[in-house]
Amino acid sequence: MRPKPVGATFALQRLLVLLRSNLTAMLLVLPAANYQPSDYLPILIQFGLALAFVAFAMIVSHLVGPKRNSTVKDASFECGIESVGNARTPISVKYFLTAIVFVLFDVEVIFMYPWAVNFRALGNDGFIAMILFMFFLLAGFAYIIKKGILRWNEA
Amino acid sequence: MSPLFLFLSFVALLSALGVVLAKNPVHSVLFLILTFFTLSGHYLLLNAQFLAAVNIIVYAGAIMVLFLFVIMFLNLNEETEPHKPALAKFAAAIAGGSLLLILVAAMRNVNPVGYDPTSFDSQIGMVDRLGLVLFQQYALPFELASILLLAAMVGSVMLGKRETGERNF
Repeated sequence: MRPKPVGATFALQRLLVLLRSNLTAMLLVLPAANYQPSDYLPILIQFGLALAFVAFAMIVSHLVGPKRNSTVKDASFECGIESVGNARTPISVKYFLTAIVFVLFDVEVIFMYPWAVNFRALGNDGFIAMILFMFFLLAGFAYIIKKGILRWNEA
Repeated sequence: MSPLFLFLSFVALLSALGVVLAKNPVHSVLFLILTFFTLSGHYLLLNAQFLAAVNIIVYAGAIMVLFLFVIMFLNLNEETEPHKPALAKFAAAIAGGSLLLILVAAMRNVNPVGYDPTSFDSQIGMVDRLGLVLFQQYALPFELASILLLAAMVGSVMLGKRETGERNF
């Protein structure tokens, strides 16, 4: 007579089998999806809920919160120091350089999405193509580091 | 025409008008973000999910940051706002009007071809299909794109980096 598996080990075995089959399903078997625009309805609902929550929070805080109006309370910064000038002053070009570098690397990442989805199907050729692509961009990144664009403390 | 398409088109046109007509440049940028979101909705209706996501990530996320930076760079105080002479306004109206005329004349004879429902592939805009075409058929343009990005990087560093000894503010 076979010994009956102890509860915990049995559950662990079941879990392992389940995990393995799920992993194989995730890694090897791509679902033959047939997406239609109506499949985005959940995202639309989430958008709507997010907007509704923002509107709800703003309206409720407006209705529930106390209101005291005075020149001191209405000042932009209530820290005891009179505000001087206005906020529309020219800013350092450093911020802009950082933003441009951000956009460039953002575009780089965009190219990696279709590559990652097709990683297996593309095989070695796709891998080498992406290595070459990354080489050029990382050369640019090395140039940026060397030039000290991302260093803030020096003038 | 589905009501969703009509709604998206309505919002897109209205917010695009808002970009042009808003007095405050920051409001223009916010209207432009709304326009991008409605265009992404149009992409989703066309079943082009990758374009829709990229439009949100790159345009509404990153390019808009650059737009805001440029607006912050400009001196936007009311008193320094330049007033264009009437002649410049007149010339601008003529130039814009002729551009509109050319566009209308070019589009007038366009005959949109319908699609064949039997051979139409609704999944052509998906990420996986696009990736296969991009990395197999268009591998060279893909590599050239990296050189383009590299050139942009070097160019922006050349223009924007203050070298030591230069006068700075």
